[in-house]
Amino acid sequence: MSGQDARHGQRRRRAGRLWVQRLGFLLLGLAAVVVVAPILVVVVGIVARGIGTVDWEFLSAMPRAGMKEGGILPAIVGTLLLTLGTALVAVPVGVGGAVYLAEYARDTAFTRAIRLAIVNLAGIPSIVYGLFGLGMFVLFLRFGTSILAGSLTLAIMTLPVVISTSEEALRAVPTEFRTVAASLGGTRWQGVRTVVLPQALPGIITGVLLGLLRAAGETAPILFTVAAFYLPQLPRSPLDQTMALPYHLYVISTQVPGMPAGVQNGTAFVLLALVLLLNFAAAWIRRHFRRRRPW
Amino acid sequence: MKQGRGGARGAPAGRTRWSEFAIVALIRVLGFSTVGFVLLIFAFLLREGLPVFFELPASTLLGRLWYPTFGSFGALPLILGSLLVTLLAVLIALPLGVASAVFIREVAPRWAREVLKPLIEVLAGIPSVVLGFFGMSVVAPLVRQWLGAPTGLTAFTGALVLAYMSLPTIISVAEDALDAVPRGYRDAGLAMGATRWQTTWRVVVPAGRSGVIIAGMLGMGRAIGETMAVMMVTGNAARLPLDAAALFKPVRTMTATIAAEMGEVARGGVHYHALFGIGILLFVLTFLINLAAARTILRRRRKGGLR
Repeated sequence: MSGQDARHGQRRRRAGRLWVQRLGFLLLGLAAVVVVAPILVVVVGIVARGIGTVDWEFLSAMPRAGMKEGGILPAIVGTLLLTLGTALVAVPVGVGGAVYLAEYARDTAFTRAIRLAIVNLAGIPSIVYGLFGLGMFVLFLRFGTSILAGSLTLAIMTLPVVISTSEEALRAVPTEFRTVAASLGGTRWQGVRTVVLPQALPGIITGVLLGLLRAAGETAPILFTVAAFYLPQLPRSPLDQTMALPYHLYVISTQVPGMPAGVQNGTAFVLLALVLLLNFAAAWIRRHFRRRRPW
Repeated sequence: MKQGRGGARGAPAGRTRWSEFAIVALIRVLGFSTVGFVLLIFAFLLREGLPVFFELPASTLLGRLWYPTFGSFGALPLILGSLLVTLLAVLIALPLGVASAVFIREVAPRWAREVLKPLIEVLAGIPSVVLGFFGMSVVAPLVRQWLGAPTGLTAFTGALVLAYMSLPTIISVAEDALDAVPRGYRDAGLAMGATRWQTTWRVVVPAGRSGVIIAGMLGMGRAIGETMAVMMVTGNAARLPLDAAALFKPVRTMTATIAAEMGEVARGGVHYHALFGIGILLFVLTFLINLAAARTILRRRRKGGLR
């Protein structure tokens, strides 16, 4: 075989391999499209079908006629209250836990147990949280089915998200910041409070928002701990039951026959919009502050 | 700011010392609290669920008939229902998710990445009940038309919805695994004259394979615990899914059974205990899955090189 033929063969093989590459990359890209396209279809579908039925009355009126008419105000208020209650518990506990892990904990068996606990909390099914909330808060502590019981249940479920994202944000602050704080004569806590925490704040807020949007959309943990099927009034105390958007959507789409599609679509839209809003807020904060980070 | 030499000796600034001590103690307690919560959850599940194992013999609990009104609490159809839907979901989601992760990390141009990643994040945030609602009102009718089945609420529909719900988990874990493959591996592959495709497929992906396994496990943990969407799209018939046709018939999962029945049971009765018993099983299952995943991650770390 002459040298020219060999070179020719090499070039042909190379061209063949490039074809394989093109095909492979195409398939990978196709997989990504198959993943993403339905997401768009769901979001656009829910928005397109729901936005028409949502007017001021839908957002601000009590449900009437067995929830088939009127608005969904108590469900919206209930979900906002539950989210607020969740934040009141999950933020201090979660951020505190993250500060411990990022700033104080050494690599001991106990620290590893904490990390394992966080991984497992994150993996516990939401309905099991519901069972736990029922057993502990509703029955054992006698809170009854109430906003208090539901918020506590949701807060524990939200903890792993808040802790992991906050810890990541704290660890992203360079060690020099702590060294400088210490060299100025501050104690470790003073360094954390005045330097590290403020620097990590945007990351922490992002994590908290991501955790809360999950809590706001959850149904299973509130099934037996707060949710009222049909309660056309606003809650007056943390020990009251309340309607909530996710549970309301479940009820009107499976439990009540003859429900007008408009009410279902509108409720789905309001819930999705709330969650997406939190999602965009989180993304915006992350983006905005990452660019302005001084290190 | 009176923290000079005196402060270091601990004499003055007593108030600062005290509050510092209190705050650090509090932070320590908060750090430990997660362990406490896991124990509390397990304790309360046992407290409410353990009695069922004394009230009913094991042969009944693993029986083939779940029919609480007639005192029949055979959990086998529910367990198999959960397994069927979960395994099918992972079977769909794992290849799709890993391929997407490879695309995002190794192939996609910057703009494509910036479209894909936020969209996947949106998917992670869509409430399960909204996906269930969409599955019921859009996907199920389509499935019914394709199959000519009497109902579109089937195990297959459930697996399809579940697959998408576990995709964000699978993709992000697989991405982390690819991220941990050292750059040198890619450079070496290319330097040997391999194409980018060959390097990706024969070097990078195999190097990250333990991450792929972890992604599968965590996706499975996510899928088996899913409740609302599954309950809304699987039709909830508690029958044993034993033949291939069961894929396209209604099934009922463990999670859906708890969610659907707990509202109507008498507290403290056998049925109530049985539902908590299923909760114990779910807790133990997901605990084991996550433990295994965490161990794999740790082992990989300890081996060094590939973090």
